[in-house]
Amino acid sequence: MKLGIVKETRPEERRVAASPQVVGKWVKAGWEVVVEKGAGGDASYPDAQYEAAGATVVDRGDAWHADVVLKLRPPTVEGDACEADQMRDGATLVSYIFPSESPELVDKLAAKKLTVLAMDQVPRISRAQKMDALSSMANIAGYRAVIEAANRFGSFFTGQFTAAGKVPPAKVLIIGAGVAGLAALGAAKGLGAIVRAFDVRPAVEDQIKSLGGEFLTVSIQESGEGQGGYAKEMSKEFLEAEYALFRQQAKEVDIVITTALIPGRPAPKLWFADMVELMKPGSVIVDLAAERGGNCELTVPGEVTVHKGVTIVGYTDLASRMAHVASDLYGTNLLHLLDEMGGAKGHKVDHDNDAVRPALILEGGEKRWPPPKAPPKAEPPKVEAKPAAPPPKVEAPPQKLFHGHGGPAPKPPSRKVGIVMSVIGILAAIAFVCVRYLGTDGTHDVHTYQLLQHLTVFVMAIFVGFQVVWNVTPALHTPLMSVTNAISGIIVIGGLLNARGNYGLTNGVLVAIVATLFATINIAGGFLVTNRMLKMFRK
Amino acid sequence: MEFHTSEALINSAYIIAAVLFILSLRGLSSQETARRGNLYGILGMAIAIGATLASNSGILHAVTIDGVEHRVAVGKFHYLVFGAIGGGAVIGAIMAARVGMTQMPELVALLHSFVGLAAVLVGYSLDLHALPPLSERIEIFIDVWIGAITLTGSILAFLKLRGSVSGKPLLLPMRHAINVALVIGSIIAAYVYCKDGTQYGLQFGTAIACVLGIHLVVAIGGADMPVVVSMLNSYSGWTAAAAGFMLNNDLLIITGALVGSSGAILSYIMCKAMNRSIWNVIFGGFGAAPPPTAKKAQQPAGEVQDIDAAALAEKLSEAKSVIIVPGYGMAVGRAQHAVRELTEVLRARGVNVRFAIHPVAGRLPGHMNVLLAEANVPYDIVLEMDEINADFPHTDVAMVIGANDIVNPAAEDDPTSPIAGMPVLQVWKSKLVIVNKRSRAAGYAGIDNPLFYKPVTRMLFGDAKDAVEKVVAALKAS
Repeated sequence: MKLGIVKETRPEERRVAASPQVVGKWVKAGWEVVVEKGAGGDASYPDAQYEAAGATVVDRGDAWHADVVLKLRPPTVEGDACEADQMRDGATLVSYIFPSESPELVDKLAAKKLTVLAMDQVPRISRAQKMDALSSMANIAGYRAVIEAANRFGSFFTGQFTAAGKVPPAKVLIIGAGVAGLAALGAAKGLGAIVRAFDVRPAVEDQIKSLGGEFLTVSIQESGEGQGGYAKEMSKEFLEAEYALFRQQAKEVDIVITTALIPGRPAPKLWFADMVELMKPGSVIVDLAAERGGNCELTVPGEVTVHKGVTIVGYTDLASRMAHVASDLYGTNLLHLLDEMGGAKGHKVDHDNDAVRPALILEGGEKRWPPPKAPPKAEPPKVEAKPAAPPPKVEAPPQKLFHGHGGPAPKPPSRKVGIVMSVIGILAAIAFVCVRYLGTDGTHDVHTYQLLQHLTVFVMAIFVGFQVVWNVTPALHTPLMSVTNAISGIIVIGGLLNARGNYGLTNGVLVAIVATLFATINIAGGFLVTNRMLKMFRK
Repeated sequence: MEFHTSEALINSAYIIAAVLFILSLRGLSSQETARRGNLYGILGMAIAIGATLASNSGILHAVTIDGVEHRVAVGKFHYLVFGAIGGGAVIGAIMAARVGMTQMPELVALLHSFVGLAAVLVGYSLDLHALPPLSERIEIFIDVWIGAITLTGSILAFLKLRGSVSGKPLLLPMRHAINVALVIGSIIAAYVYCKDGTQYGLQFGTAIACVLGIHLVVAIGGADMPVVVSMLNSYSGWTAAAAGFMLNNDLLIITGALVGSSGAILSYIMCKAMNRSIWNVIFGGFGAAPPPTAKKAQQPAGEVQDIDAAALAEKLSEAKSVIIVPGYGMAVGRAQHAVRELTEVLRARGVNVRFAIHPVAGRLPGHMNVLLAEANVPYDIVLEMDEINADFPHTDVAMVIGANDIVNPAAEDDPTSPIAGMPVLQVWKSKLVIVNKRSRAAGYAGIDNPLFYKPVTRMLFGDAKDAVEKVVAALKAS
């Protein structure tokens, strides 16, 4: 199989699809690799390095003629002509595609009977992280944003005491703690600045803190309606509170880096002209969302502007400005993708591979996108206040405002299990009722009434147990088991209730006392041993 | 039906207790909140017991139905009951304080059997107080029946985990027929007892359930023990729920159902991790017998190569990243402290040391995590299989300490293997694999492990603790 690495044709695109290091790995794995002349030149990878790695440097036409063409930017379309027209019919193309925004490109590729994998559609699951190019590039962009800001900021990032006086450290505000935001946080912190990060997802707080940042968020607990947190949509109250926070921060901070993106929509406007004006002259704003219109009202995509002394950087090619490392990381993502597809020998499109399937746009010209829906993720269960209250519903997760990875999501309870459990519960309920009816000659007596009540409680409690336990970390299975074991010692109540009477130590009372003894051993032993275990867990 | 103020109070106390139990389980779902969760559980239990005892002076259940007074449990508590609670608490505390972390599975299994025993006794007690009405007899029978299965099943599991009874599955001929016969026998016994309260029926039913409990567990092999323990955990919950129906007590029902369903979920998760059907475990090795051809698995090709502590220390000092895969052998050899020392020495040298935990490593779900925590290994370097499996190709040394089946490549390569399809840790993809084992014997599942014959594998024979300590000493000396 022949891999072709072609030169990027967009102006100002300095990256290339793979570095010589990556090419070397492909050659070793048994691929034949051809590289278009000068493909890596702008990324400081001269042709000689590719040749040294075992690739052949060829003309443009030959590179495009490979079995698998590797590229970074989507092929350009001008009128009726498309870059990919140079490809062989039925060959494979791997690059960014953005299929929802450029249907005409997809049509063109389909006409060539191509198999197309879109690097921008690689799913954001932990298994696919190694081939997630958007994350790799976001990471670079985040770092570069800080460098651009530092370059234009007229003071130190780190605080200094000099003979001439004291210089306070720069204050950096990062909006959106996705991959880019966190990379920026780390870079700014590394330069010595005081860094604050804002995000609407409370879950990222730990990540921000772990990098030494200060977490800012808006609490809309007071907005009534119970449902604390941001979950559904950003309500008006929430946005107002958010803007108030930003206005207050604008007066304090020197650098603002915004990274807020909503997948498939223009970037949300968060930093308005008045906020820019509140900032000290000499401050810098870097808008990582510039390509999608920008988070800042005054951003001019692709350009650096100055408004009342505040510099606004709207570059859309931050990753390309670090073409050397960006090409290497992108190439590594491609390497993992090709490995995932079976490597040089077993290269094929596997529909069952959930790390690859979502990226598949076309297969031999047949449309394969969007991929079939994966089972919906469930929200982490909430504990209901009353045991007999209905269990929380399994819902689709709230849409994230910011584009980026959180930690690995908890494994969703499969809906199947829920259904099976409810069927079992209902069958058990019916069975109990039948048995009880037989037992009471079919008359509606107090017992039957009570039984029905108890069954309701029983089935509800099963559901609550199911919801509560599902997301337990495997590391805690043993403590969980010993605590549930201790709790099942509640049978002691049964022993107690029977250990009473007005006739002294009858057989019944004696037996109940023994039951109490054993149940208590279980309770004390279970709780204490759990406590012992939990004490041992430390970070 | 009379309704007393004391009953209202006791019921509110029960609701509070139930809520606390739910919060307790909820708290146990993450490390940060786990200890608080345990406290909630203790508090809930204290409230439940306290409220029950506080009702001493009042009349609790005086329910008159059809002119007959039920719930004979009226009147003062017998004073011995306080002795039972005190004594039980002391015994439990001593057991909890004495048990070594490596014996945790045994203790949990033993405690399960106590719940089963208590449930059986409560059922008998209710029966002995007076002749219960028919509907109640059915509930008594169900409670006693499940309780007895839990009792004997847990005792057998306890003995197997202790090693007093062989861990090998004992598959009786026609075991499904035996199961069916036992169930039919139980139904007959239930009929005899329920029809007119003949106590022989109840006793006979108990005996059958005891046999059934043993039979269900005896057919399950040692490698499946984590599932069995969590299954028994689930049974102990159902038994408490059955007692709740019997005593018309919602708290017992709620708590029992919580424990029952949580145990069932844990078993399900375990089974998924081992690629086994849950019915297999519930019905005692249903279809678990490997096809006869698999028994004759061919001897893997290649040579077993040894390594000694000094050579290994040298390899480790050159490594940049090391993944340690602990298994039951580490628990048996009590090697966790030595392993932690090894981790510290390596980390001090800048080696990236991590732990890979297979979901069914050890004899209890989460067993390895508990042992490592006991030895003070920070939990953020202890990773689950899914998190770390992709990292083996970039790992210099993978150290397998006392694990076997969970790193067996046959699960992926050999469709005839009894563990085919079970997800395993792919240690063989790392640059060097060290396997510590006491001897060349096969693992718990009784199958040969091709990993030992791979060219990247070196065997470090010897007791886990000794071997690791020697490596640490060699590392420190170098």
